[in-house]
Amino acid sequence: MSPYTSWFWRFMKRSSNKNADMEKRPRSAKPRGRVNAYFTHHLWVLVSSLGVLWRTPMATLMTASVIGIALALPAGLHVLLQNVQQLSTGWEGTAQMSLFLKPGVSEKRIQTLAKKLRGWEGVAEVRYISREQALAEFRELSGFGGALDSLDENPLPAVLVLRPTTEAAEPAQMALLLGKVQKLQSVDLAQLDMEWVRRLSSIIELGKRGVMLLAGLLGMAILLMVGNTIRLTILSRSQEIIVTKLIGATNAFIRRPFLYTGLWYGLMGAILAWILVASLLGLLSAPVSRLSFLYNSQFSLGGLDLETVLVLLGSGLILGLLGSWLAVGKHLQAIEPT
Amino acid sequence: MIQFDNVNKRYPGGYEALSGVSFHLKAGEMAFLTGHSGAGKSSLLKLIACIERASRGNVLIDGQNLRRLKNRHIPALRRKIGVVFQNHNLLYDRTVYDNVALPLIIAGYHQSEVGRRVRAALDKVGLLGKERVMPITLSGGEQQRVGIARAVVNRPPLLLADEPTGNLDPELSREIMGLFEQFNQVGVSVLIATHDHDLISRLDHRLLTLKQGKLERDGWTSEMQERKRAFNNESD
Ligand SMILES: Nc1ncnc2c1ncn2[C@@H]1O[C@H](COP(=O)(O)OP(=O)(O)OP(=O)(O)O)[C@@H](O)[C@H]1O
Ligand SMILES: [Mg+2]
Repeated sequence: MSPYTSWFWRFMKRSSNKNADMEKRPRSAKPRGRVNAYFTHHLWVLVSSLGVLWRTPMATLMTASVIGIALALPAGLHVLLQNVQQLSTGWEGTAQMSLFLKPGVSEKRIQTLAKKLRGWEGVAEVRYISREQALAEFRELSGFGGALDSLDENPLPAVLVLRPTTEAAEPAQMALLLGKVQKLQSVDLAQLDMEWVRRLSSIIELGKRGVMLLAGLLGMAILLMVGNTIRLTILSRSQEIIVTKLIGATNAFIRRPFLYTGLWYGLMGAILAWILVASLLGLLSAPVSRLSFLYNSQFSLGGLDLETVLVLLGSGLILGLLGSWLAVGKHLQAIEPT
Repeated sequence: MIQFDNVNKRYPGGYEALSGVSFHLKAGEMAFLTGHSGAGKSSLLKLIACIERASRGNVLIDGQNLRRLKNRHIPALRRKIGVVFQNHNLLYDRTVYDNVALPLIIAGYHQSEVGRRVRAALDKVGLLGKERVMPITLSGGEQQRVGIARAVVNRPPLLLADEPTGNLDPELSREIMGLFEQFNQVGVSVLIATHDHDLISRLDHRLLTLKQGKLERDGWTSEMQERKRAFNNESD
């Protein structure tokens, strides 16, 4: 206990003792435990600003809901896109490439080529379909057997069917492989059998950009919303701000409860968005499973992954804090005692 | 502690609330400030707490010229000054305890210390039993005393009071003035603006009288004291 404290205590105790006391005030006394008190105060403001929000549950819930919906929209779309991507990656596994060989390439050269291709990176399997096999297959499947019989020569080329490894089944790499294969001497024409998978992939990419853009716009909307809510709170508490300024509060001190209020709004909004997206996925997951069962697929709807949840909570916190920061910076200066 | 050098205060409307005011209140001194309504008493106090700034002249507090005081240093100045406001300026959505604790919280005192000091200050103004009460349920005089407790809880070296006995009966007024005298006796400089001539004529302190913004008289509260001091000064 500092001498200042004990002095103060004795001074305050003297209320009944009216005798003059010429004891001098110590000048260089400081309150103890300032750093500790600083953190305690932050914690206290954090909790009490939540308490203030708690006292007006409807208003708080409404603000948090608006933030929640604005966050849930891009988050939900993001998760859905993730799922579509997941699904199309499954299809990419079945992607294959057909190499139609030039006529007149000898059987021996074809075998060498097939062997060479098997050695390439990203190639899982190379299957050779000779001209005769192709003809037999065609005859069987097409039902044009009679027509073929009338030709005196087999019109079908020999084909090497190339199946990529799962890692290489990704569109960009398939395109690379296609380019390489096309340069081979014996190859007349190379064709990617699943061109549309690539298209889908670029659509997903576009969708992701769109979600980002949407998230940006909605983020701005949240900033404005939180800013406006905090502005109204500041105005409704201007008398309190004036009084604390008169007593010697710094701007940082006055700012604090408003910043924490914004933080709480953001966090509550993010949690609401989490709940919204999770329940949406929960609702969709049963019908999706049934659908994929009908299509003989193993696919089931993936939920929110940890990264998405963290980004969601983080952006809620940051947007809430930033929104209130902007409002506080703009409106607190204007409130001065007169 | 407080030094005014030829201070003018002109409000934006062009009205000159103070003109050519000069005086010096030494550390540990106690003085009353009086004058008719509109004479500029509140304006003078506002200049000291840097709520308003002087239009001309210099105001020095504890050797610090307020003309050169940056806005961000104003809070530090105000923490050194306890102010009892004419209109109380209490926070009506907080308890009496929280109101009085506010200056300590702002200054970053530890919770345990806050509790002891707040109770000691409330004890001093006779409101110890009303800690948990909302100020709106208190009488005008009680609210005034909450304001006084809040002004002194931080042990400021300078205490300003604007009509601190405006709502009090004579008995309580005398008690409150006694309280200010006690603060003064332990070294706090005190400046009190008041209308209450009856009250101050019984006390023996310096008296500054404002008239239409000018310092008309710088003397003593009682005639006899005044003559005695004048005599002493001549014989020095
Ligand atoms: N913010 C302001 N803007 C313009 N004029 C003001 C302002 N504050 C005070 N005045 C004027 O300055 C003059 C002095 O006001 P002040 O409040 O200092 O008087 P006072 O001596 O405290 O009076 P009272 O005893 O009624 O409280 C008044 O005429 C008032 O109208
Ligand atoms: Mg006044």
